[in-house]
Amino acid sequence: MRSAVIIFPGSNRERDMARALRLICGREPTMVWHADAELPAGIDLVVLPGGFSYGDYLRCGAIAAHAPVMAGVRVHARNGGLVLGICNGFQILCEAGLLPGVLMRNGALKFLCREVHLRVERSDTPFTRGYNAGQVIRLPVAHGEGNFYAHPAIIARLESEGRVLFRYTSPAGVPDPNWNFNGATNAIAGVLSEKRNVLGLMPHPENHVDAAVGPTDGRGLFAGLVAHVAQAA
Amino acid sequence: MPSEVKITPELVAQHGLKPEEYQRILALIGREPTLTELGIFSAMWNEHCSYKSSKIHLRALPTEAPWVIQGPGENAGVISIGDGLAVVFKMESHNHPSFIEPYQGAATGVGGILRDVFTMGARPIACLDFLRFGDPAHARTRHLVAGVVAGIGGYGNSFGVPTVGGSVGFHTRYDGNCLVNAMAVGIAPADKIFYAKATGVGKPIVYLGSKTGRDGIHGAAMASAEFGDDSEQKRPTVQVGDPFSEKLLLEACLEIMAKDCVIAIQDMGAAGLTCSAVEMGAKGDLGVTLDLDKVPCREAGMTAYEMMLSESQERMLMVLRPEKEAEAEAIFRKWGLDFAVIGETTATKRFVVLHHGDVVADLPIKKLGDEAPVYDRPAVEAPRQPRVTAADAAPPMALADALEELIGSPDLSSKRWVWEQYDHIILGNTVQRPGGDAAVLRINDGPKGLALTTDVTPRYCEADPFEGGKQAVAEAWRNLTAVGAKPLAVTDNLNFGNPERPEIMGQLVGSIHGIAEACRALEFPVVSGNVSLYNETNGRAILPTPTIGGVGLLDDFSKFASFAFKAVGEPILVLGETKGALGQSLYLREVCGREEGPPPQVDLAAERRNGELVRALIREGGATAVHDVSDGGLLVAFAEMAIASGIGARLYAAPVTMAAHAFWFGEDQGRYVVTVRPQQAEAVVVRAKAAGVPVRRIGSTHGNALTLPGERSMLVAALAERFEGWMPGYMAQGIA
Repeated sequence: MRSAVIIFPGSNRERDMARALRLICGREPTMVWHADAELPAGIDLVVLPGGFSYGDYLRCGAIAAHAPVMAGVRVHARNGGLVLGICNGFQILCEAGLLPGVLMRNGALKFLCREVHLRVERSDTPFTRGYNAGQVIRLPVAHGEGNFYAHPAIIARLESEGRVLFRYTSPAGVPDPNWNFNGATNAIAGVLSEKRNVLGLMPHPENHVDAAVGPTDGRGLFAGLVAHVAQAA
Repeated sequence: MPSEVKITPELVAQHGLKPEEYQRILALIGREPTLTELGIFSAMWNEHCSYKSSKIHLRALPTEAPWVIQGPGENAGVISIGDGLAVVFKMESHNHPSFIEPYQGAATGVGGILRDVFTMGARPIACLDFLRFGDPAHARTRHLVAGVVAGIGGYGNSFGVPTVGGSVGFHTRYDGNCLVNAMAVGIAPADKIFYAKATGVGKPIVYLGSKTGRDGIHGAAMASAEFGDDSEQKRPTVQVGDPFSEKLLLEACLEIMAKDCVIAIQDMGAAGLTCSAVEMGAKGDLGVTLDLDKVPCREAGMTAYEMMLSESQERMLMVLRPEKEAEAEAIFRKWGLDFAVIGETTATKRFVVLHHGDVVADLPIKKLGDEAPVYDRPAVEAPRQPRVTAADAAPPMALADALEELIGSPDLSSKRWVWEQYDHIILGNTVQRPGGDAAVLRINDGPKGLALTTDVTPRYCEADPFEGGKQAVAEAWRNLTAVGAKPLAVTDNLNFGNPERPEIMGQLVGSIHGIAEACRALEFPVVSGNVSLYNETNGRAILPTPTIGGVGLLDDFSKFASFAFKAVGEPILVLGETKGALGQSLYLREVCGREEGPPPQVDLAAERRNGELVRALIREGGATAVHDVSDGGLLVAFAEMAIASGIGARLYAAPVTMAAHAFWFGEDQGRYVVTVRPQQAEAVVVRAKAAGVPVRRIGSTHGNALTLPGERSMLVAALAERFEGWMPGYMAQGIA
């Protein structure tokens, strides 16, 4: 699988992402500068990494959504290419209209860095085929604005179309207000686009891929993508 | 030269200069200074920049070892860790600004220390923050805690460095003066370190980074004076930070360094353009000429004075390889930052500043630094404190209740509320996150690891500055040892009150000598640091707080030790001698309500012996859990190990030779709690005895409670609730 990671001014988890991709895909990703209007040819997966692009000025991801490189990302998504937005990347995708909804300030009004439990809602997507449906995984979060919100009609549509891929739950996998640490609507942690090729996710799978340093529940996401691309080839 | 304003005694005093110091200026330059020159002297000669009250005493600190590449005197200290790698690190205070404006004060403290590290060519890999606040009941404390923690997180998280450790404590002596000591650590190739020393005549001096504004003018002077009742009005002296700009600055600087564009480089911190330009020239025995018309400003009509003293953040000053100008500028434009040639190095050894064609300053560059006042201020030794015996300090409650009081007290309780606001996992190398004896990081892809800690026990320093200084170093050394690392070097941040008071000088001098003795005995040199004086308000000083930041090396990061109990049925051993030292203990303060007595004595030879055994056990896999014993003594140590694991312990009775409370809560130094596999216990005991390390078996891990003969059983879950509950409960009360 050939991947690209976009660097916006203020992105700060691009190296974490590159390392995870290198580890699991066995191939160094191409780092792409925000000012380049086109993506390199032959890319399977484009990643918008975590960080504070443009210092979160105006709104998180608001300015990055207008970066020249987003033209290339739209073309890639329109052609069915895979797009993964993590944390700030998720925020940018929402601002760019590639995903519905908005990420608001955490309910507790504070930045929080901790491990959370997520339920993988379905395993029949490129992003989640590395997991079992209903599997509970542990991933770290590190954000101040991860409270997903959309108009109730949009939320209803996301749910009925099965486009909520990850949900914050208790360790037993049960949605529970005490375990929805940022107050996201329906405890939504990750959302799929209409065509199911664009995923926005607030937690950081790229920080749970290395057994030497901690849990490895993040590997399944990348491994699933690799398998999907190999199969499609 | 035209002078904008008449220099009056009041103006001199407003600049923080004493009449004698002003006379010194007159004698040095042979005439009256211009206003801009007065500002320059005020900046260079204040306590924060010149170290005039501490300089002669700091010479006592050991600064060398075979692994030290650069000791004090540069932007940060540099040590070799082998494999062609160097660790660059330093700690600095931002106490005064944080008290006035907690968010920005703390944020810019982090920003400043990060720049000190990456200006030397090192990518920052971790931050730690040592914080002290006033009595929780004091009206201002909650506001300061909330602001400082948010500021540290706001800056570090956005910049993209994990904040992995530190310390948070409370005491009424910090009511009027909080402490924010920020430490940053970076990694660089050992043969590509960049220094501040300018070389070569006629080389371009280049301004890099954000534009200059009117923020932070006289910040360094503000940090060199006590607070009075008018401190609120000092708000404009607090600098304003932008971590996004700093992230861009980091990437741009590392790029120009990689492309060989840099001869010398220094960040603009305290006293901004003045300090960086003077120091770079003076270090290289060169003159510097600056044309302020070229300085990028974000406000119109800034005067020369304002430009020279502004402490606008996220700026660097560099001496450029002339042939690389186009390449360097292109890199900075790419990252959206300012790049301006604002001057050049000269052979005259004069510091010349031009504005609108006029010379507004013309001063001897070396004498600005070299002729700064150096004071040998009178010092009075702290009085000896009478011993506190166990009988004097009988527990007013059952030991189990005393333990619950302690574990839920502000100083000992969990600081999760704080460190969950810090991104402590970014960069993917955090092996042991906040809450342990020391932070542990993997270096790149391994196998080496780094251990990091900050520590000091201010109440010990108050009672006996010399022993307290020793203890601060010994405890930092133990923290690193307890995770299995070999302690390599120290960065120190000495926080004290007004040095013009002999009792404060006595604290400073005593602490420095204690630190020096411990650093020597433990082969743990000081490679960088900072002094923060005048931490007092209306004559009431902080507790003497010489903070020690320690760095240690693990040959194999995966072989680190942690203090959570690992399994039931494991023997628990205490290494090191327990005599029951209750003087200045947290037990005496929190349970008996008294702050009395001398601090526990530090036996440096025993520290070394005991620590070396512990490190060997960890390296060989002979210890399953390891914890350094400190505040609260043994019983608190066991409680912490139990809370971290959910596993309890069945403890034996205290030895009959001392009172139980002295045994369980005494704060004797040089001790570790170690658990071992049952079949290895005997061998470890034999080995300890052979090494001359006192060893005592104190019980076994067991069940879900701590049990002690004659005491009620203490459920680990109940202890955990007390431990985790204090801080969230305290901070929640502030929300209207």
